[in-house]
Amino acid sequence: MSVYLDHAATSPLRPEARAALLEVLEAPLGNPTGAHRASRHARKLVDEARDQMAAALGCAPGEVIFTSGGTESDNLAVAGVRDATGGALVCSAIEHHAVLDPVLAAGGRTVSVDPLGRVDLEDLVDVLSPGDGPPVRFVSVMAANNEIGTIQDLDAVAAVISEHAPEAVLHTDAVQSFCWLDLATHAAAADLISVSAHKFGGPQGVGALVARNGVPLTPQLRGGGQERDRRSGTHNVAGIVAMAAAASATVAERDATIESVRALRDRLADGLRARVEGLVETAVPIDSHGRPDRSGTLAGCCHVCIEGIESEALLFLLDTEGVAASAASSCASGALDPSHVLAAIGIPRDLARGSLRLTLGHATTTAEVDQAIDAVARSVERLRGRR
Amino acid sequence: MKVMVAMSGGVDSSVAAARALDEGHEVVGVTLKLWGGESDTGCCSVSDVDDARRVAQQLGIDHHVFNFGDDFTRHVVDPYVADHAAGRTPNPCVECNRHLKFDRLLDRAVALGFDAVATGHHARIVTRPDGSRRVARGADPAKDQSYVVHMLDQAQLARVLFPVGDRTKDDVRLIADQLGLRTAAKPDSQDVCFITSSAGRAGFLADRTELHPADVVDGDGRPVGRVDAVELVTIGQRRGLGVSGSDDRVFAVAVDVPRRRVTVGGADDLLSDSVELVDLAWVDGPVTSTVQAQCSAHGSPAPAVVDGDHLRWLEPRRRVAPAQSVVLYDGDEVVGSALAG
Repeated sequence: MSVYLDHAATSPLRPEARAALLEVLEAPLGNPTGAHRASRHARKLVDEARDQMAAALGCAPGEVIFTSGGTESDNLAVAGVRDATGGALVCSAIEHHAVLDPVLAAGGRTVSVDPLGRVDLEDLVDVLSPGDGPPVRFVSVMAANNEIGTIQDLDAVAAVISEHAPEAVLHTDAVQSFCWLDLATHAAAADLISVSAHKFGGPQGVGALVARNGVPLTPQLRGGGQERDRRSGTHNVAGIVAMAAAASATVAERDATIESVRALRDRLADGLRARVEGLVETAVPIDSHGRPDRSGTLAGCCHVCIEGIESEALLFLLDTEGVAASAASSCASGALDPSHVLAAIGIPRDLARGSLRLTLGHATTTAEVDQAIDAVARSVERLRGRR
Repeated sequence: MKVMVAMSGGVDSSVAAARALDEGHEVVGVTLKLWGGESDTGCCSVSDVDDARRVAQQLGIDHHVFNFGDDFTRHVVDPYVADHAAGRTPNPCVECNRHLKFDRLLDRAVALGFDAVATGHHARIVTRPDGSRRVARGADPAKDQSYVVHMLDQAQLARVLFPVGDRTKDDVRLIADQLGLRTAAKPDSQDVCFITSSAGRAGFLADRTELHPADVVDGDGRPVGRVDAVELVTIGQRRGLGVSGSDDRVFAVAVDVPRRRVTVGGADDLLSDSVELVDLAWVDGPVTSTVQAQCSAHGSPAPAVVDGDHLRWLEPRRRVAPAQSVVLYDGDEVVGSALAG
């Protein structure tokens, strides 16, 4: 049996999304901006999808901008606010590269995080303090981290911003969070929110950026003026409709999914702790009863570092056993690069070399989890047996 | 056998994978990411990884990328810079094979349950009557790479395959063409993979170590010119020595980095009848009779005998830059090696 525990990379298409996708693709479809019946039909599909996304994200329909995915949403947020305000940019040190790279390329600064990956609010105050340069107008803090699953307190971040840089907008990359957090409340303080369909059972290549009314945003793709002139380009109608279907299904089942997946994640992490020596669960403190406290991380995320093991070798063996897992983010060539996230939370490079990320989805089963525990334990033993 | 093929994205390793598959092995392709910096010829640019992956897809084998960048920096790039700073001229391909392909990769392959690592080197492995193995020259004399894989010991030789070593380069390209591999007409890689042609060796080293100007003197110690970077002068070099009014037959015959001095002389001064040997190692016992010694990757071998820690040429030869590998052959087979002192 093959085991898929790489939902944070991409999660299989949900049946609701698949059905929606096929339904759109099989019917004649006009361009949503046209002036005839087929266009009106397409336009209606996009409008309805926009309503669904707005409901799922806790915003007005007009605040939803459809994009090609998380990376475009992040880049639109960063560059759009930069161009509109000319202000300085700030992001946390553990942002996904889709935020980190454009922020750094524009001369922005990073805010440090604590050993659990939570933004250091005192450092944020320092970074926001007016210096010689232009005032900070954009702050990006991800709702939850893609590697280690740490959930950020966005309300606390927003409070610091409103006190120390009231002109700045708060963007949150919620690409990893949609399945596990109610963004309508968790990200209520954010002015801009990025999501990506394929992380919650929608198709790859479609996403959205929420930009609340009044947020200064210069379009990065100019052309036909779609999306209220904030993002031109003919709509990916089938993708948008399928994303909305996946979003609605995810929201409807979210509480139950979180409960069941959290139990499976705990079974997985506890099993790995019991079976693999020298294993450190990342960003998980031990509580006063001596138990791992995973309340600060996403329910679907299990990240560990294994002493004396190299991720590449471990992933290779897991792959041969039919277990799909991952380590850090990959570079363009497909090689594993040292993780900036693990470096930022102070994991020594030697230990970080043995990182393993197992991420669960709504359809993950107990059998998959148990098979993964066995496969990891066996593979680690095999790699250690060689030493 | 389970064979891990190191696929650089070039035609030789593409065909090596195809032949290993053809011989009935269970084959997985691996591309090593070695260098994170700029590279225009290198084995780890994204387009080369693309080529390797696409060839693997064509052959229907799995392809993986291993990031050995830290090891490459530690074992190849840093020593390359340090050697130059000390006036030595190392061969980074030799060190990459020694520390990366046939050590780090081979170790990992074995740990992952593979029986052997195959590469696209033009070299052969021959088995002697007593069962021991030796590295031997590849079938194509113009493309022979036995020099850069000379260091393999018996344990490594038992786990290494060179599937194209018995083919000429033309044959290799023909096979690639017949299989429709996208790398069939890809040009051979050149020079040092981590150095771009735009920055060159001088630019690469200048970014990583301090370079010092030096006097250029003749055999009697009289100043005759100036160079900007004594660390970049190689024995035998003719150009760029700042010797005014000289004809073409003035060579660097000695480079003294600590004293910042380059000595020049005529062609005769460049000749020597011996090479000091460091870390001399024999494949299976010392050879006292005449051997063929080769002192650079594309150099021609010449007869010599090993006398203690010196190689004595039968006829005087050009001086060998320190830190070059000296590879000793009996016929086509590698019987020993050392570094030039």
